[in-house]
Amino acid sequence: MAAVAVEHGSEEVEHQAEASGHAHPPTNTGISNDKVAMWAFLGSECLLFGALISTFFLYRSRAPLGTVKPHDVYDIPFTSVSSFILLMSSLTMVLALSAFNRADSRRAMVWLSATALLGATFLGGQIYEFTVFIREGMTMKTNPASSAFYVLTGFHGTHVGIGVLMLLALVILIRKGRLTPERAETIEIAGLYWHFVDVVWVVVFTVVYLLPL
Amino acid sequence: MTSVLEPPVLLPEDPRPIASGALRRPARTDGFWSWITSIDHKRVGIMYGVTAMTFFVIGGFEALLIRLQLASPNGRILDANAYNEVFTMHGTTMVFLVVMPLGAAFMNYLIPLQVGARDVAFPRLNALSYWLFLFGGLFLYSSVFLGGMPNGGWFGYAPNTSIVYSPGHNIDFWIGGLLITGIASTVGAVNLITTCLNMRAPGMGLFRMPVFTWMALVTQFLLLFALPVITIALFLLMFDRNFGANFFNPANGGDPVLWQHLFWLFGHPEVYIMIMPAFGIVSEVIPTFSRKPLFGYKVMVFSGIAIGFMGWGVWVHHMFAVGLGPVSITAFSISTMFIAVPTGVKIFNWIGTMWKGSLRFTSAMLFAVGLVSMFTIGGLSGVTHSVSPHDRQQTDTYYIVAHFHYVLFGGAVFGIFAGIYFWYPKVFGQLLDERLGKVHFWLWIVGFNLTFAPHHILGLQGMPRRIYTYPEGTGWDFWNMVSTVGSFIIALGLLVFFANVRRTDKRHKRDHLTVEADPWDARGLEWSTPSPVPAYNFIESPEIHAVDDWWHRKYTEDEDGRMQRLDDYDKAKASAEEHLKPGQAVHLPSPSFYPIIAAAAIFVAMFGVVYGRSAGANYAITGLGVLVLVCTLIAWALEPSTEPDDALVDADADRLLGLAPAGSAQAELGSGDGGGDQPALTSGGSSGGGAG
Amino acid sequence: MGVRRPSSLRSAAVAVCCLAILGAGCAADTPQNTFDPEGPFSRSVDDLIKPVFLIAAVVFVFVEGLIVYAMFRFRRRSEEDRPEQIHGSTKFELAWTIAPALILVFVGVITVSKIFYLDRQFKDAMQVEVIGHQWWWEYNYKDGDGKTFVAAANELHIPVGRKVQLNLTSADVIHNYWPPKLAGKIYAIPGRRNHMTIQADKADFYYGECAEYCGLSHANMRLRVVSESQADFDRWVEANSPDRPSFSYPIVGSDDQATASEEAKGHTLFLQKGCSGCHAVNGVARGAVGPNLTYFNSRATFAGAIFENDNDNLRAWLRDPPSEKPGSLMPKLNLSETEITSLIAYLRTLGDPGLRGAPVPSGVAAGPPQP
Repeated sequence: MAAVAVEHGSEEVEHQAEASGHAHPPTNTGISNDKVAMWAFLGSECLLFGALISTFFLYRSRAPLGTVKPHDVYDIPFTSVSSFILLMSSLTMVLALSAFNRADSRRAMVWLSATALLGATFLGGQIYEFTVFIREGMTMKTNPASSAFYVLTGFHGTHVGIGVLMLLALVILIRKGRLTPERAETIEIAGLYWHFVDVVWVVVFTVVYLLPL
Repeated sequence: MTSVLEPPVLLPEDPRPIASGALRRPARTDGFWSWITSIDHKRVGIMYGVTAMTFFVIGGFEALLIRLQLASPNGRILDANAYNEVFTMHGTTMVFLVVMPLGAAFMNYLIPLQVGARDVAFPRLNALSYWLFLFGGLFLYSSVFLGGMPNGGWFGYAPNTSIVYSPGHNIDFWIGGLLITGIASTVGAVNLITTCLNMRAPGMGLFRMPVFTWMALVTQFLLLFALPVITIALFLLMFDRNFGANFFNPANGGDPVLWQHLFWLFGHPEVYIMIMPAFGIVSEVIPTFSRKPLFGYKVMVFSGIAIGFMGWGVWVHHMFAVGLGPVSITAFSISTMFIAVPTGVKIFNWIGTMWKGSLRFTSAMLFAVGLVSMFTIGGLSGVTHSVSPHDRQQTDTYYIVAHFHYVLFGGAVFGIFAGIYFWYPKVFGQLLDERLGKVHFWLWIVGFNLTFAPHHILGLQGMPRRIYTYPEGTGWDFWNMVSTVGSFIIALGLLVFFANVRRTDKRHKRDHLTVEADPWDARGLEWSTPSPVPAYNFIESPEIHAVDDWWHRKYTEDEDGRMQRLDDYDKAKASAEEHLKPGQAVHLPSPSFYPIIAAAAIFVAMFGVVYGRSAGANYAITGLGVLVLVCTLIAWALEPSTEPDDALVDADADRLLGLAPAGSAQAELGSGDGGGDQPALTSGGSSGGGAG
Repeated sequence: MGVRRPSSLRSAAVAVCCLAILGAGCAADTPQNTFDPEGPFSRSVDDLIKPVFLIAAVVFVFVEGLIVYAMFRFRRRSEEDRPEQIHGSTKFELAWTIAPALILVFVGVITVSKIFYLDRQFKDAMQVEVIGHQWWWEYNYKDGDGKTFVAAANELHIPVGRKVQLNLTSADVIHNYWPPKLAGKIYAIPGRRNHMTIQADKADFYYGECAEYCGLSHANMRLRVVSESQADFDRWVEANSPDRPSFSYPIVGSDDQATASEEAKGHTLFLQKGCSGCHAVNGVARGAVGPNLTYFNSRATFAGAIFENDNDNLRAWLRDPPSEKPGSLMPKLNLSETEITSLIAYLRTLGDPGLRGAPVPSGVAAGPPQP
């Protein structure tokens, strides 16, 4: 049985793949329940990140004199590299699905692991960045701009982290033979989540890091 | 593409007993534990309803305290702090723990039945929604014993709710409770949207769905998109309080108005979330008791969708006195005026449904017409608010309190009670006493108007909201006293309702009464099943040919367009009473412990957040809760939705399959089907597996 | 269950509602009645809403009338009734979409110009900075250079017929300034500045209160607007000048208790009991937490305009402020009755009660000491 775990802030939404022995029951839309549910959930996530991004946008230059704000401490080259890494992870995710569709479980595991690794590297980069910022005097408490920065990137990072855990879970399940290629849709749905998190990052990187004050 | 129910299967010849043990999947479908582990949408709906009713009594009690305190000047019933807690909890309870869950109760119970499904798309997720609602409410109310209830108002404006001005844990409980219930509703929205879009019976295109289901679908989309916004607002406030963030801290550049924007971006769709299910309910009740179809089905659907969309563009009307500048005020004044149009259209369509009908004033119909009438008043006062220059006089006064009670009590609650009286026989297999129902209705029409009509006057005479007392000489004494008297009449009406429930139950049990499948000669698919509905809902997929397909199996229109009974009327009515035959079985999703455990884990984790603020070590409790949650979710994911091997074994397993055990009321229900078939069923064991 | 006709009780209930709402317009005048505008700004919104209320009343009667009529006319007369299965009517749908829309266009048009009018800033308006505190209102009158020429609290004095622009903010949480007979309300938000213009037609005493939940004593945060003739206003401004120092008494030591005047003893207590830490008195104390007390005796009210400024109220307040006003930031000072007598005597020297714009309560001494 495959598991698709998705986190929504402090919540977890679980989607059950078909019970063994039963084929996909037909649905009115032609799309499986799990996939419709994931799309609906991602719609909700759009508003979640929308609220966070709007808050950041409103606050990005609110820094009382003398306090450090995000734009003072960005290391754009570094963040560009980690953004690239995250983008590449979407590519490996596509490759994983494609492999699994071709019933190549071994390749699929490789690509899924690669995706998880790239995601974890991105996270590592974020964490490293944050430690630098803190050393340079920008913490959650510093000013509204810094608070908004940390909360937005923190929520995003948490979503990436859960995605990484989910991908590893999928690798383990394939390894144990509990997730087989007829249920490739599970990988596809995980992919939807992963690509979404990636797209959010594209928006965040643009609005938060690249847009000048 | 279409969604078809799996037809019944045959029981095997020699069923084996289910292995039992502490770590086995639960299997019982009766008894207390079966409710804890049930994932049946009907049970989840009933639990939602009963729990929400309990909170209704609590919230009502809080209202009575408020009214007692304000009945005369310089009241001494509650001191300032107690009053501030009581009005905060009254609002928070009524919005999040009563009206929303009562709507959810109906949506959970009815949507699968109205679309012809056996359950929702994700039954265990559905149970999770319920348990999170219960635990969220318990979390909020645990604050009574743990230092003080939330006292920042149901709207929690910053910076009053910041750590500087609210240093105690009161607000932390408010944040935590709302986050927990927010997860419940978001998860429920994903579930019900998937159900409506994917699990409709053959022939049921979207424009053959009942209006209740349509309104429920719009509500679910509103929930899906509105809840994340308040989730973020609550997290931002939590980070301000717990971690020194500066989102709403003006001393460090934060803007308290940001809270208001985020809150009302949620808050306005929220009021549509509260009213739409009730709109859906009366759209079912009025046609039934008018013996006419709903006037303007498509318009009713589209106006509901329009309200859903337009509801996102009016939130600043809650902020007309904030000082946002004439351009935004103008834009939102205009948008607020125009949202009255699709709402008004609905009122006229309901009247149009009644017009030239054959009206029967059952309790359900009285409450439904009550909604149309009372909501009109609330809607009109709402239009007066949209005149923003005058709203500068109206806002934050009792005039607003009048408005929202007319639309939420006179509207949503009346509609919900119309639904309760209407669907009670379907859900419980009992018919509530009509005379007591009418007493309830009249007590409420009088009591409700006596309580809230004076608030219009009080507000315009200068009485602000949220004041724990007022001095002599304001001129407010008389109408406050009238309002208080009215509130006790409302309380009396509710007592009559509970007396009715109890009396009905005793009478049915004493006289072994049963109720037919379709006591109201109604229109929706749910009336084509026995009362109460068996676990499996439908034996086979119904085939849908029109809106109100069930009605069209009983009636047609003659040359003059008048309703005309079909020859197959009796046959249709008989088929509604059919149960599974002995030896037949249906696969249903199996019960599970994981939803309640997951909810409990989140509940525990949230305490860690509250107390982590005073001592960082307490965040370990959060960590523990999250760990348990993750393990539970993994186990949940690996648990199949149905245990196929267990599902077809043993006499006990029959209950899993929705077959009635011997000795149950269903088994004895000769049912009105002329007894041609065996009365419901005996246990699989004694039938010896004989095929039907 | 037989067919049951809704009784006339229902129509009676509806009628009660109508009368109740109509009653609002005919109610006896009350201090904060929005239906009794006494200035151009409150009158303009009152004039705006009158046609809207009228339209609402007409729609109400029409719609409720249809409902009540339908309930009687179409009630089931027999179980054999077979009503025509009307599914809808495009004609009617259009009618009851377009007609309300047109009415709302009218309402919208008359509304928009008023929105801009209320937001206008008038060049000739007197400027007053209004600061909301938990739980009292502070007023700082500003001259052309932005310098404060009067620092007041609780009561806002304005000259009759002149525009006064209030520039509002808050020192703590969000408050809401509302003098109903003169104007609608506007938020006072920390970190932001709002403006609202008011004007009174005649000399009178106007009542109002804070209308945004602001904590424990939100109900105890009231305000008065005193509108008076230009001459009286000028006299009040003159007497409330921030440049004039208060009379400074010599400190009364324990030996001098018998011979010193009550006022002098009170002055000493003011300094020694911590009052000066929170309250300002020109030339005597510089506290900035509570209201400026330099002209305390010129105010008709105190403690956020909830008490008449007479000796009984003042005594009860000084005895135990938090029990008089929940959550009051002024603590209980455990003063003896004689100490309170002295303090009251001193406070009565701070300002001229003749400038209150309201009758002077008995027992309140008249005015500042003659040096």
